[in-house]
Amino acid sequence: MKQGSQSWVFTNCPVIVGAAVVGGPREARGPLAEDFDLLHDDLLFGEKTFEKAEKKLLEEACELAVQKANLQKQDIEFFIGGDLLDQIISSTFTGRTLSVPYLGVFGACSTSMESLALGALIVDSRFGGNVLCGTASHYAAVEKQYRYPTEYGSQKPDTAQWTVTGAGAVVLGPTGAGPRVVSATIGKIVDMGLKDPFNMGAAMAPAAVDTIAAHFQDLAASPSDYDLIITGDLGRYGHQLTLELFPKYHIDMPEEKYVDCGMMIYSREQPMRFAGGSGCACSAVVVFGHILNRMRRGELKKVLIVATGALLSPLSYQQKESIPCIAHAVAIEYTV
Amino acid sequence: MTEHKQRILTQKEYQQMAKANEPKRPVLANCVRAFLVGGIICLIGQGITDFYIFCFGFTEKSAGNPTAATLIFLSVLLTSLGVYDHIAQWAGAGTAVPVTGFANSMASAALEHRTEGYVLGVGSNMFKLAGSVIVFGVFSAFVIALIRTLIAMIGGV
Repeated sequence: MKQGSQSWVFTNCPVIVGAAVVGGPREARGPLAEDFDLLHDDLLFGEKTFEKAEKKLLEEACELAVQKANLQKQDIEFFIGGDLLDQIISSTFTGRTLSVPYLGVFGACSTSMESLALGALIVDSRFGGNVLCGTASHYAAVEKQYRYPTEYGSQKPDTAQWTVTGAGAVVLGPTGAGPRVVSATIGKIVDMGLKDPFNMGAAMAPAAVDTIAAHFQDLAASPSDYDLIITGDLGRYGHQLTLELFPKYHIDMPEEKYVDCGMMIYSREQPMRFAGGSGCACSAVVVFGHILNRMRRGELKKVLIVATGALLSPLSYQQKESIPCIAHAVAIEYTV
Repeated sequence: MTEHKQRILTQKEYQQMAKANEPKRPVLANCVRAFLVGGIICLIGQGITDFYIFCFGFTEKSAGNPTAATLIFLSVLLTSLGVYDHIAQWAGAGTAVPVTGFANSMASAALEHRTEGYVLGVGSNMFKLAGSVIVFGVFSAFVIALIRTLIAMIGGV
């Protein structure tokens, strides 16, 4: 049911019965490599185009998630997915492969939590039993969509981010053992007038803090109610700005409690890392892989995941529009 | 609550905050790197020119075209091998300004859009980045030529 201005508190708490993450070569060399279910050592995975490769990532993640939930494809009642390519083709084509009722969503890099929140809503309201939620991004396909050709020699500033090649998918079910989705806060579009597409962390940080503040207010909660608060892909500079923003919103956030997926996915030694990772897959692979694994090991009991999205298009940027940003928060709890 | 929150931070205040947080671009270091790499590319070019003059009997003037062609070939090769963008990240304008940068912009766009076919992909996207260089290059050359002609007509140089 709705609580406060923009939050849902789930009474039946949908269970994450299966989760799977797939990654590319750069992710395989990163510090979270062990948390992946499948890693590829090249960028094409035997496909002819990078767009097809991205679709394959999502298909693999979905298939593995269904398998890990001990279900069959026909047990899935709804599939909610989204990605960064035009007309969200990776998700649509994955929906074609799955051939189950499909809802396509676009939330840029916030898609992971947008689809999870919507999936949880369906399961919680008993309008569906098993719901599959997934998202993917591919470095080369996304660069082509949003920026220059990948081999073009342009110098990127340190605030730029590297698009994660990977996919993450979860199956939500009404009962069973596993981490539970307890609440969600749907974000508002926040636009602070920033225009630099090579500094998305700074553009998205206010959206993240806005959603976190709304979540705490709606649920009368505080950072002490969570073991970890995780933002999607703000990168180093966005993370720093978010820490500076918390006091302004009267949130007493201990520094060690707040982390960012974009800073976790790659190690400091990796070349061309810039400010960290980004893309739909960034929060999806870190949360559905690494974070859920830590919860299963009992290291974390309750986390708040705030996936952030920069909702710009190459066209809007060329027409000198500022970057509208959004963040969706989902709280996951695991009690053994 | 929305009104309350918007009062916490205005766009202007936040933009100042973001600017303060942004790392300073290392302009001086970038200039030095661009100078070094750009210079090295020109030095290689000079070496190639001398090679054509001494080994194949070109004159200093006629060696220009094969030299440019060789540099373009090397740039396209490095682009195809996926090395050029890594050099460019370090070198900045050093690899962008010489003819190698132009070749890289065309080769990278052609590679990128190969999957959309030769006509709709390679053909129509090859000049995606280089096109504006040609348009404004030709236009500015025209303006300069016009100015020079006018000066000559009024009895100048």
